Amino acid sequence: MDDVSLRIAPGEFVALLGPSGCGKTTLLKMINRLYEPTSGRIWIDDTEVHDLKASHLRRRIGYVIQQTGLFPHLRVADNVGVVPDLLKWDKQRIKRRVEELLTLVGLPPAEYAHRYPAQLSGGEQQRVGLARALAAEPSTMLMDEPFGALDAITRGRLQQELARIHRQFRQTILFVTHDIEEAVHLADKIVVMREGRVVQFDTPLAIVTEPANDFVADLVGSNDVLRRLSLVPVAAAVEPLDSALAGNAPEISQWVFLRDALSQLVDSGADRLVVVDEDGHPVGTLSLRAVQRAAAPPSPDKSSDGDHVVVVPVERAGRLRGGD
Amino acid sequence: MDGLDLSYLTENWREVWALTLDHVRLSLLALAIALPIALVLGIAAARFRALTVPVLTFLGILYTIPSQGLGVKPALIILVTYSQVFLVRNIVAGLRSVDAPTLEAASGIGMTRGQVMRRVWFPLALPVIIAGVRTALLTIISIAAVAAWINAGGLGDLLFRGLARNYPAMILAGIIAIIALAAVTDLLLRAAERLTPLARAHRATRR
Repeated sequence: MDDVSLRIAPGEFVALLGPSGCGKTTLLKMINRLYEPTSGRIWIDDTEVHDLKASHLRRRIGYVIQQTGLFPHLRVADNVGVVPDLLKWDKQRIKRRVEELLTLVGLPPAEYAHRYPAQLSGGEQQRVGLARALAAEPSTMLMDEPFGALDAITRGRLQQELARIHRQFRQTILFVTHDIEEAVHLADKIVVMREGRVVQFDTPLAIVTEPANDFVADLVGSNDVLRRLSLVPVAAAVEPLDSALAGNAPEISQWVFLRDALSQLVDSGADRLVVVDEDGHPVGTLSLRAVQRAAAPPSPDKSSDGDHVVVVPVERAGRLRGGD
Repeated sequence: MDGLDLSYLTENWREVWALTLDHVRLSLLALAIALPIALVLGIAAARFRALTVPVLTFLGILYTIPSQGLGVKPALIILVTYSQVFLVRNIVAGLRSVDAPTLEAASGIGMTRGQVMRRVWFPLALPVIIAGVRTALLTIISIAAVAAWINAGGLGDLLFRGLARNYPAMILAGIIAIIALAAVTDLLLRAAERLTPLARAHRATRR
């Protein structure tokens, strides 16, 4: 770990991304003091982490790990209630909180509270791990590849749940992953790390479209058009709403990715999609041309910044259609 | 002579019962002394891997040393010494069997060292530790029978007196009482193993 300096805004979802051994887990564990830095400071709000007893600090920080770390001899309810119990909440309050949390993570308490971790699937276990981390309403969450051991479908579901929980409660989340798609889909900001240093700290869109160097470009696959389409959200390419269009064009959510939008454009044969927000209200339109512009490879020439008319070679567009 | 002459047992059951209680007292006293020592050694060895081999080797050597003297005190020293190997070995094995991420999660969510030990590490090691206590206690009970030779009392008295007097019914009474005591001890500690939280969790999972 060398010369790492980051300022994370409250409520931000930050992914720590990088190859194994780049120091992302080390950085995470320095925050809850499972590892101690040889020098430097770490502040959470107005508190330097070394000003608190390690155990007291950690009770204020949610912690989720890939192996779940659930306690096999305790029932689900006791696993989830363990931090409130350490904080000496009374039994009734813990019970209510546990039921609330199990419901929040999609495990009906009546069915799950009395089970043991070994009686759950991998995905259910990680839901319990998430509930345990959320139990004492921490404002900060540290998550170390929490979904790394799950199959793709389960992982996708849990990512959605986590995104929903984050939208609802706005914890500050630091999320270690080596999966670029996961980082882009979940995070507000991404920290790209290499050999103990921060290479780039930016929004997912900027990381994908304006990688700081070849390392980042290779890591996120910036030069692969399909990869970019699957990483850039529709919201980033949306054009002003054209009222004449509403009603007959197919709709697409602004939170899905351009890959899905392209697929829908090709599939429906429409030349535009209506982009809608989560309540189904139209917020703009999306044309094939806008998709092409957004999919353009990062240009070394920054003069086109602010001018979004980027000419996409025809054969590239042709390849896009063929590839989907 | 009858092969299974139970006359001594039936006619002198009060004496046999009193000797059994003596035997139990001596054995439990030995365990009560041995267990705290073993816990300290075992926890130290489990925490600091470098200690494991020296500790277990040392205890293995102790096991082979013959002891001297007469009465309860030297008997206790023998029993405590001999039981250390079984106790420490299982305490170390039990503590080692606990998954590292589980322990890291325990401290990561805010347990102190003591809380990690009391709430997670020790409970998860408990079935293996109790199995060690069972082996140790059975060893203590059997060695305590021989300890009567150095005037420590207990059921061994019946064996040695019976041998000296060439009185098979007395020897048989001693043998039956020792076997019964060992069997009851074994059952009780197996039940204790099954009552640990981890064993309950395992049973619930198999169902």
